[in-house]
Amino acid sequence: MFDRDRWREIFEAIGKNKLRTFLSGFTVALGILIFTILLGLGNGLLNSFLSSFVDDAQNVMFIRSGNTSKAYKGFQENRKIQFKNEDFEFIKNNYIGKVEFATPRIYRDGLAKYKKESGSYGIRAVHPDHQYLEKTIMMNGRYINEADLKERTKNIVIGRLVEKDLFKNESVLGKMLNIDGIQYKIVGVFQDSGGDNEERLIYMPYTTVQLLFGNNDYLDQINLSYNMTMSTEKAIAFSKQIEKDLKERFRVAPDDQSAIRVYSLAEDIKETMVVLRGIYLIIFVIGIGTLISGVIGIGNIMTFSVKERTKELGIRKALGASPGSIIAMVLQESVLITAIAGYMGLLVGILVLKLIGNSLKEFFILNPKVDTGVIIVATMILIFFGLLAGYIPARRAAKIKPIIALRDE
Amino acid sequence: MIEIKDLHKSYKMGSNSLHVLKGINFSVKEGELVAIMGSSGSGKSTLLNILGMLDEADSGTYFLDNVPIKGLNETKAAKYRNKFLGFVFQSFNLINYKTALENVALPLYYQRKNRKERAEKAMDYLSKVGLAEWATHLPSELSGGQKQRVAIARALAADPKVLLADEPTGALDSKTSYEVMDIIQTINDEGKTILVVTHEPDIADMCKRIVHLKDGVIVEDKPVKQIRASQYV
Repeated sequence: MFDRDRWREIFEAIGKNKLRTFLSGFTVALGILIFTILLGLGNGLLNSFLSSFVDDAQNVMFIRSGNTSKAYKGFQENRKIQFKNEDFEFIKNNYIGKVEFATPRIYRDGLAKYKKESGSYGIRAVHPDHQYLEKTIMMNGRYINEADLKERTKNIVIGRLVEKDLFKNESVLGKMLNIDGIQYKIVGVFQDSGGDNEERLIYMPYTTVQLLFGNNDYLDQINLSYNMTMSTEKAIAFSKQIEKDLKERFRVAPDDQSAIRVYSLAEDIKETMVVLRGIYLIIFVIGIGTLISGVIGIGNIMTFSVKERTKELGIRKALGASPGSIIAMVLQESVLITAIAGYMGLLVGILVLKLIGNSLKEFFILNPKVDTGVIIVATMILIFFGLLAGYIPARRAAKIKPIIALRDE
Repeated sequence: MIEIKDLHKSYKMGSNSLHVLKGINFSVKEGELVAIMGSSGSGKSTLLNILGMLDEADSGTYFLDNVPIKGLNETKAAKYRNKFLGFVFQSFNLINYKTALENVALPLYYQRKNRKERAEKAMDYLSKVGLAEWATHLPSELSGGQKQRVAIARALAADPKVLLADEPTGALDSKTSYEVMDIIQTINDEGKTILVVTHEPDIADMCKRIVHLKDGVIVEDKPVKQIRASQYV
């Protein structure tokens, strides 16, 4: 294997038979190129799906209410289920150790005005925990805090784009913002990876909204995040448990689909991952198939090459080459060509993936690339198949009888 | 040097077999220059192949330099070929992508000699056949006579006990043939044992002994007065 003279012999044979080398190398390079690109695009698809979940914490659950669709325990159907503060407290205190963060949400819209600028924005009235559930990142100032809740302050936190729309380049902390005729004090500016809509929001304490609009303790929705140590299966079971408990609490039929709904990202992620794994598997199979056809190609060309070299190999044997040295020569040549060509295919593939970058975002392909582990495995497969592709023709070469090879045509 | 007793060889041709060598008894001493003559089909090429360990006899014994040649596996045969024998073929059989020097150095490569030694020795033998200046040329750039001289240099490079030449002048015109024979005679003068298969009487007369083969048996084995090729060159 590490005989320098033999390598020199092989390099010479390769260098002086360029067309043959190019042909066999090309098939392998092409195979690896397609394999790399397919795998990269598959990863891009995976990245794209995963990125759609990063907006919110992945262990988040949403609890929403609606109207009952069935009569149950003496109650008429079409009864409106309304969450109140006590329900939020129930969720927060009833599942100690399982619930990590919890927040209610009340949705409103409002027309915000500052000097001559104005715009309509979505308002979410929330608990301080909301920051962690939504993965809100503070750029300036602070988020809503417990004191705001207690004092029912008119403090608000505005999105980066609200600031940009209304305040241009002015600093906003401590400024007053008029929303539907009420003055609020801006205590913070945030950004959010969920896109522009998520950054055109205004957060305020839910207690404040309850006081200002109707003086009630109504809530639109309750969000929570479960303890990350729970497995996906346990998390799904947990969300079923909450749904069951709440249905009992509100006297809703257990099979009523519309009155109380617990929606868990865990379920979504699980399903998506199953689909993605399927797609990934298909891509992988196609990729391996391409690789194998490339290897078969090199096997063919090596067979052809051995046939073409029958005379040369016969001469070598007459001059004292052992069958072992003939096998080693053909094998090493095959492995060398496979490895080099494969590596070039890999490099070009990686380059193509780099060039593609995020330009295929609209086709759900984000940041396509292959990781080092896969590259190493692919290289090993390549060398292994190179050996395999070379072995059969090499054995045939070793069996060449010098008299037949040297017989004059 | 070569001892052959009662050598038989037949080839299967479909259902019937063709008996090519029908009991050959033959010995060659060191330093001899023997011509093996015979018409095509007489078995002379088969005999040479067996002598060259490229083929094996069905029965009979073969000793080369007192070593029994029998039941060798391929690896061993390759080793013996490399150590004992040098081949010269009618069609030269040079490797076309290697230069004259590299062709000559090839048997040394299979003797696991190092690169420097190979180049030096190969160059020596090339000078010996008068082709030192052509060392870096490819076979396609050489004339037929030059090619055969490179082939002779290559056969000599491994310093074999016996040189086997199968119709060495068969593809050459008579002037070039005599040049090649001149070289063969020179090598023989230095003590090398050489067997030449030929069907040309004038080439056979340049050897020291002629063995006539006919239908698989030796019909005549006589020493001749050697005609020196140098007088025609």
